[in-house]
Amino acid sequence: MSTMSTLSTSFGDAAIMLRRNVKHTVRNPVTVFQAVLFPVVMMLMFVYVFGGAFKVTGAYVDYAVPGLTVMAITYGLGPTAAAVKGDMAKGINNRFKAMDVSHGAVLAGYVVSTTVRSLIADAVIVGVGFAIGFRPHASFVQWLAVIGLMLLLAFATSWLTVALGLAAKTVESAGMATVPLIMLPFLSSAFVPADTMGTGVRQFAEYQPFTPIIETLRGLLSGGRPSTGDAFAAVGWSVGFALVGYVWAVATFRRRA
Amino acid sequence: MKSSAIAVSGLRKAYGDNVVLDGIDFEVPTGSVFSLLGPNGAGKTTTVHVLTTLMRADAGAVRVAGHDVLTGIKEVRAVIGVTGQFAAVDDLLSGRENLRLMADLKRVRSGGQVVARLLERFDLTESADRMAATYSGGMRRKLDLAMTLVGNPRIIFLDEPTTGLDPRSRRAMWGIVRELVADGTTIFLTTQYLDEADQLADRIAVLDRGRLVAQGTPDELKRQVPGTHVRLRFAGLRELDAAAGALPGSTRDDQELTLRVPSNGDSTSLRALLDKLDQQAITAQEFSVHTPDLDDVFFALTGHATHPTQAATQDSRAARATTEAIAE
Repeated sequence: MSTMSTLSTSFGDAAIMLRRNVKHTVRNPVTVFQAVLFPVVMMLMFVYVFGGAFKVTGAYVDYAVPGLTVMAITYGLGPTAAAVKGDMAKGINNRFKAMDVSHGAVLAGYVVSTTVRSLIADAVIVGVGFAIGFRPHASFVQWLAVIGLMLLLAFATSWLTVALGLAAKTVESAGMATVPLIMLPFLSSAFVPADTMGTGVRQFAEYQPFTPIIETLRGLLSGGRPSTGDAFAAVGWSVGFALVGYVWAVATFRRRA
Repeated sequence: MKSSAIAVSGLRKAYGDNVVLDGIDFEVPTGSVFSLLGPNGAGKTTTVHVLTTLMRADAGAVRVAGHDVLTGIKEVRAVIGVTGQFAAVDDLLSGRENLRLMADLKRVRSGGQVVARLLERFDLTESADRMAATYSGGMRRKLDLAMTLVGNPRIIFLDEPTTGLDPRSRRAMWGIVRELVADGTTIFLTTQYLDEADQLADRIAVLDRGRLVAQGTPDELKRQVPGTHVRLRFAGLRELDAAAGALPGSTRDDQELTLRVPSNGDSTSLRALLDKLDQQAITAQEFSVHTPDLDDVFFALTGHATHPTQAATQDSRAARATTEAIAE
């Protein structure tokens, strides 16, 4: 078979796998709740319950939305990890492998469906945000940059999650493996500025990957210029996540499936 | 065509120090049913994984449909269908969507018709649009096999296809396997049920702890064990003693209180045997005639215990299902 036709077969397979994974998301109420509704609930909690007590410049909803979009991305990862492990455990991936469906197509099906789901969750967060008073000042180009960074982060964490799911021993532990990714936004500048935290936590918050990502989103949405250092760190961390996740996922899939 | 569908020689596989397959050889003629028979942990699934390109062996040569499983992976995958040990169906898709997924991935022309025919053949049309999560174990197994058949693979691997099924679903599965063979498909079947291998297979290989301890047709294997015998069970040792004295050539089991008497099983010799017991006024609590079945073969060949759990089926042939508790 020529390289071109192999490639077009792989793309075709990936599209078929993507359709399957999209059906999974829509039909699993737990996934829809965890990935889309729960972040909205968290947003309402932070804005209406806790937010009043936090000291930030400007309206709290304007401060919180960038972090909430990152949290919406990470909250949706658990169901993906569990689904990946479930396919392995039930022998479904062995079935695909024996049918000569390429590794890339199976993995891309997970990654693209998770990324799309994350972006939908972010759109919902931003939409509900507008409804409760979120007033960004970003220009058109800044909005494009915001969407680009969200897309990059969602893509990167999806690869990492697929790898975590493949490497997990059980379906339950696969879901649990994404908990650190879910917890990281809480220990960042997502909900309160890092300089209001205790010394140890503050240092962690300043150097962990999600803080520069959130600060960059916040800077862009406020219509200002995010710091160059933060922007580079945000893209660097995301690309790093994507590469580590990709290499780890492909190696694990080859070995285990 | 006389060529072999599957040819395996010197196959070895170990996980660290744990040797799973210790050099096995066999051939499966095209269009036949070959059964690999053995208890849990014998190495059946590992064999299937190597033969279906899912796993690399440590040593040995494996050809499937004439292609080497290492250098001809694509060619092998193009002609095989694999049904694994657990029903690999997608719970969140309906039966029809599961089949359609297979048809799409295999680029089957007029997939809709192929899917509809398979649903009908496997008696799944009524539940075709329900999610597979709602299916019973037997239905899942049927769907699983139907998914394997999409694209008409020439060689089909079935890894314990009836484990966990009720007797009726098992018989239905056997019927499907027989239909496939009638169409000229080659079938490689693993099972821990001796009667299943006996019912379906042209040739059987008995796998025990990574080695093939016997190979042949069901009849050839049965010839390897002592012939037909009568089994008598008594109420106590006193009767057993008396009967053993009256019936020379018999072997006794004091714990089970049974006596095994060689006999050709015809009515004349049976009457003579009963007359002898009558003359000594000995009453047997149980009386049964045994023709050797694969249970006997398995015990004779492996020399270690399996645990028969259910005396199954209406068959007078005492077809028995065994489950096996040997630790992996």
